[in-house]
Amino acid sequence: MQFMLLFSRQGKLRLQKWYVPLSDKEKKKITRELVQTVLARKPKMCSFLEWRDLKIVYKRYASLYFCCAVEDQDNELITLEIIHRYVELLDKYFGSVCELDIIFNFEKAYFILDEFLLGGEVQETSKKNVLKAIEQADLLQEEAETPRSVLEEIGLT
Amino acid sequence: MPAVSKGDGMRGLAVFISDIRNCKSKEAEIKRINKELANIRSKFKGDKALDGYSKKKYVCKLLFIFLLGHDIDFGHMEAVNLLSSNKYTEKQIGYLFISVLVNSNSELIRLINNAIKNDLASRNPTFMCLALHCIANVGSREMGEAFASDIPRILVAGDSMDSVKQSAALCLLRLYKASPDLVPMGEWTARVVHLLNDQHMGVVTAAVSLITCLCKKNPDDFKTCVSLAVSRLSRIVSSASTDLQDYTYYFVPAPWLSVKLLRLLQCYPPPEDAAVKGRLVECLETVLNKAQEPPKSKKVQHSNAKNAILFETISLIIHYDSEPNLLVRACNQLGQFLQHRETNLRYLALESMCTLASSEFSHEAVKTHIDTVINALKTERDVSVRQRAADLLYAMCDRSNAKQIVSEMLRYLETADYAIREEIVLKVAILAEKYAVDYSWYVDTILNLIRIAGDYVSEEVWYRVLQIVTNRDDVQGYAAKTVFEALQAPACHENMVKVGGYILGEFGNLIAGDPRSSPPVQFSLLHSKFHLCSVATRALLLSTYIKFINLFPETKATIQGVLRAGSQLRNADVELQQRAVEYLTLSSVASTDVLATVLEEMPPFPERESSILAKLKRKKGPGAASALDDSRRDPSSNDINGGVEPTPSTVSTPSPSADLLGLRAAPPPAAAPAPASAGNLLVDVFSDGPAAVPSLGPTPEEAFLSELEPPAPESPMALLADPAPAADPGPEDVGPPIPEADELMNKFVCKNNGVLFENQLLQIGVKSEFRQNLGRMYLFYGNKTSAQFQNFSPSVIHPGDLQTQLAVQTKRVAAQVDGGAQVQQVLNIECLRDFLAPPLLSVRFRYGGSSQSLTLKLPVTINKFFQPTEMAAQDFFQRWKQLSLPQQEAQKIFKANHPMDAEVTKAKLLGFGSALLDNVDPNPENFVGAGIIQTKALQVGCLLRLEPNAQAQMYRLTLRTSKEPVSRHLCELLAQQF
Repeated sequence: MQFMLLFSRQGKLRLQKWYVPLSDKEKKKITRELVQTVLARKPKMCSFLEWRDLKIVYKRYASLYFCCAVEDQDNELITLEIIHRYVELLDKYFGSVCELDIIFNFEKAYFILDEFLLGGEVQETSKKNVLKAIEQADLLQEEAETPRSVLEEIGLT
Repeated sequence: MPAVSKGDGMRGLAVFISDIRNCKSKEAEIKRINKELANIRSKFKGDKALDGYSKKKYVCKLLFIFLLGHDIDFGHMEAVNLLSSNKYTEKQIGYLFISVLVNSNSELIRLINNAIKNDLASRNPTFMCLALHCIANVGSREMGEAFASDIPRILVAGDSMDSVKQSAALCLLRLYKASPDLVPMGEWTARVVHLLNDQHMGVVTAAVSLITCLCKKNPDDFKTCVSLAVSRLSRIVSSASTDLQDYTYYFVPAPWLSVKLLRLLQCYPPPEDAAVKGRLVECLETVLNKAQEPPKSKKVQHSNAKNAILFETISLIIHYDSEPNLLVRACNQLGQFLQHRETNLRYLALESMCTLASSEFSHEAVKTHIDTVINALKTERDVSVRQRAADLLYAMCDRSNAKQIVSEMLRYLETADYAIREEIVLKVAILAEKYAVDYSWYVDTILNLIRIAGDYVSEEVWYRVLQIVTNRDDVQGYAAKTVFEALQAPACHENMVKVGGYILGEFGNLIAGDPRSSPPVQFSLLHSKFHLCSVATRALLLSTYIKFINLFPETKATIQGVLRAGSQLRNADVELQQRAVEYLTLSSVASTDVLATVLEEMPPFPERESSILAKLKRKKGPGAASALDDSRRDPSSNDINGGVEPTPSTVSTPSPSADLLGLRAAPPPAAAPAPASAGNLLVDVFSDGPAAVPSLGPTPEEAFLSELEPPAPESPMALLADPAPAADPGPEDVGPPIPEADELMNKFVCKNNGVLFENQLLQIGVKSEFRQNLGRMYLFYGNKTSAQFQNFSPSVIHPGDLQTQLAVQTKRVAAQVDGGAQVQQVLNIECLRDFLAPPLLSVRFRYGGSSQSLTLKLPVTINKFFQPTEMAAQDFFQRWKQLSLPQQEAQKIFKANHPMDAEVTKAKLLGFGSALLDNVDPNPENFVGAGIIQTKALQVGCLLRLEPNAQAQMYRLTLRTSKEPVSRHLCELLAQQF
C-alpha cells in the first residue's frame, strides 16, 4: 500500500498515512485530487478505480471515506477488508466509533494503524493482538499520570 | 465534545481542538491557530523548564496544527527530547511527531537515531516496537545506514518477542525498498525463510511480505520458501473455519495470510517437486471448489475475504499458465461473476479475464462471454467498469470476432466518456488493422473513427491509414472513392480533410474516370475545405494540388491560379508561402517527365512497429500494458502487428497480445530524418545517374517519415562487424526457393517497392529503380523479434546461366541484427543480356540457437529493363507485321483473377514498363503497348496487346518480340497480373 487517507463528506482530511516518501506539496496535491475524485462518485459505483499507475480502493463508513492507494498487482478485495478491519479496530477501541472520536483522538487512530499496518503491509490481523498492544500502552499511560486540576489543563496556571 | 473513552490525558488538547471546530470561518481558524502557536512558542522559549507532560501536550497540539494543513517550523527539538523520556506515552507522542514531520535536518537525525538506538537496545519490547515503527514510518537513507544491519539480527534472534519480530520484518522491508544496497543479505536469509513455519500467525503474516520482496532480487537464495509456503497455505485452506481463532475473519481462515502466500508463489515458476506441486494444485482446486459452496455468512466481509483468495488463486493459475483444466475452471468462475449483482465483482472479473484472454488455453473460453461483455459496455453505469469491459473486448479480439467487437466499440465511442475516448480510438484502430481481412473494411473503420471522434484521432492513427493504403495497391481505388464520398459531407473533421487530401493526391487518378469524381470535381471539393483548415492541413493540401498537376494535366491552369494567388504567394506563414512558390515554379519549369518523377507515387513504407501501438503503450504506462506485453505466448503464432500482408496462417491467432511478441524490444521509431525541402528535391531530379530519387509526398516533413528508414549511407556498424562471413555459397549450398517464392516475386512484376517476404522472425522489404540496363535495389531486412540475429548473411545466387546474363553486386551487411532493428543492403544490378529465371536471394542467420535459412526469388525480371517507346498507330502496325513469325509471337487467353478495371489495368501495364499507346487499337477497350528491353549486349523490341472481355471475364494477351523466349517469358509474367 502506498498511502491511506481518511476524509469526511465535506472533503476534510481526518487522517493521512504515507508509506512512500513524497514532498508535502505532492501529498497535498494528491489529497486534493483524490478527495475530489472519490467524492464525485455515486453510491452504487464500484469501490475500485485506476488512478495514475495505482489502484484506489475506497469505502464510505457513515460520514467518513477511507481511501487506500495500492499497487497494480495488489489485491483489491483484501484491501477493502483491510479498511474494514481498521474500522473494526477503531470501533472496538472507542466503542462505536464516530468521526469525532477520530478528530479528538487522532493520535490514537495513528497508534492503532501502526499496530495493524507497518510500512504499508499488514502486520497483525488479529483484533485481539492489536488491541492488546494499544491497551497495554494505555495502562502504562494511566499509571504514569497524576490527576491535574482543570485550570492547569487549560493553561491558566 | 465527546466523552473520550480511554487513555484520556490531554484536556488542553481537547479544548484546543474544540475551539478550532467552533471557528466559523477560515480566518477565525487561522487566528486561533496563530494564537496557539504564539503560546506554544513562548512556553518552549520560556525560562521555566517544561515538564514531560506539558511538552507532550504542546508537541501534540503542533502535530494537530500540522495535520490541519499548516506549516510548522519549530518544536522538533522538544519532540526529540520526548523520545528519551522514560514515560511510554511521552515517548510515543515524540515518535509520532517525528514520523509525521521528519525533515532531513542532519543534526536532528543524529539525535533521533541516538534515541532509537537506545530503545532498540533497551530489551523493553514496547519501546523496541516504537523505535521500529518509527524507522519503518520514516524509512530514510540515514536511518537505513544506522540500523539496516541491526534489524535482521533482531528479526531472527531466538529471544525476540513475536510483536518485535513482526515489526522488525516490516521495518526491514521498508528499508530494503528505500535503499536495497544497505540491507545486507547472507547468513540470515535461511532463518528468515523459516519464519514461514513460525507458530505465531502474525509473525508469518509479516514475514511473507518481507520474503516476497526480497526473493524478487535473489530468487535462488529464497527458493526453499516455495515448499514452505505451499504447506502453510495447504494447512490454512484445509482448516475448518474456527481452527485459527482470531485469525479467522468472517468464517474465512486467515485471508490476508492466504493472499500474501499466493502472491509469494507468483514470484516463482510452478514447483518442480511433484509432491509439492500436487499439494499446491490440490489447494487451488479446493479454493475453486469452495467458491461453489453456499456462503457461511451473508455479510459482504465474508464474501470479500473469500473472493480475495479466489482472485489471487486465479492470478496464480494464470501466472503458471500450464494447467488447462484450472485455467478453464477459473474462466468459468469469472464468467459467473460477470453477471454478479455486486459491481465490485463484475469489475474484478472483467479485469482478471483480460489476463486470461492472453493464455492459449483459456482464450477460447473467454471468448464465449463476448455477449455479456458487450452488454456490460452498453449498460454498466460506472465508467470504470465500462473501461474494464472495453479492455477485455480488446484482449479477447481475434479474427473470428473482430468485426463484431470493432463495431460495438465504435458504437460505444459515440457516447463514451471523454476521458477514455482517445484510448478507445487507438484500440479500434489497432484491432481494425490487425484483423482486417479485406482492407476496405479497415478503411471504412478508420474513416468512421474520424467521423465519430475526429478530435480524438491522433496523428498516429491517420498516418497509419495512409501508410497502409500506400502499401496495399488493392485498396487504393476503394480508399480514394470512400474519402471522396466522406468529403462530400458539409461539415467534416479536419482529420478527414488531411486523409482525403493525401489519398486523392496519391490515388485520385483511380477514380478520375467517373465523371462524378473527375479531376476538377476532386479539386474543387478539396479546395472548398482549404480556407477553414489549419496551416498544417493547408500545407498538406498544397502538396496534393501539385500532385494533381502531375496526375491530371487538365487541372494545371486552375491550380497554378490558386498557387499564384496573393493569399498563397504572400502568405504570412512561411511554410505555406514556400510551398506555393516552389510548387508554382516546379509546375512551370519542369517537363512532364521530370514532374512525373518528382511527384511519383509515394514508395511503400517499410514496416516497423505500429506507431499506434507504441502510443497505446505509452498511454497506459509500462505496468498497464502488461496484458498486452505478455510474452508467454503461443510461439507458433504468425501474425505480427504491423504485418501489412495478412497470411492465411494468421487466422487462428489466439489474441492480439500474440502479435506483440517481437515488438517488445523494438526501439522507438527513429527520429524523423532531416526534412528534405522541395528545393533539394529539384536538385536531385536534375542530377544524372541512378542516385535514388526520393518521391515527393504531400507532406515531406511530417512525422510519418519517422516510420521510414532513411536510405542512409553504409552504417558504420558494418566496419566493425564480423569480418569473415561465409563466402557466397554456391548454388549447391542453397536450399530450393520456398514454395511461395514465385507468388511473392510476381507481386513485383508491375511495381518496384513493397514487402517481399514476412514471417514471424523476419521481414524483407524492397525498394528498387531501374534505368536502361542498370538497376539499384535496396533490401531492408527487419528483425521482428526481440533477440539478436547472428551470422546474418544474405547473398544473391545466379542459378544456371544467369551469371552470364545478369550481374548483381551486393554489399555486405552487418553479421548481427539486433532485436527490432532493420538493416539495409544495396544491390547494383546490370542486365548483360536477356534472361528468364530470376536470381535467388538466400538469407541465413542464427536465431535463438537454431540456424535459419530461406531462399527467395529476387524480384528482378526482364521487364524491369523496359524502356517505353511512344509511336504512332501507323508505326505500330508496321512493326507488328514485321514480327509475324510464329515463334516471335506468344499469346495467352486467361480468366481474370481480379476485378476488371480499366484504370487498374492501365496502371499495371505502365508498371510493367512499356509505353501505353492511345488511339492505336480500333477497339477503345483494348490496350496496346510498346517498349524496348535494354541489355548490355542487345536490345529487344516488344509490342503487346491486351484485349479484355468484360462479359466473359477473360483476357487475351499477345506479345511480339524479336526474340522468341522473351515473348513467351513476358507473356507469362504479365498474364499473372490480371
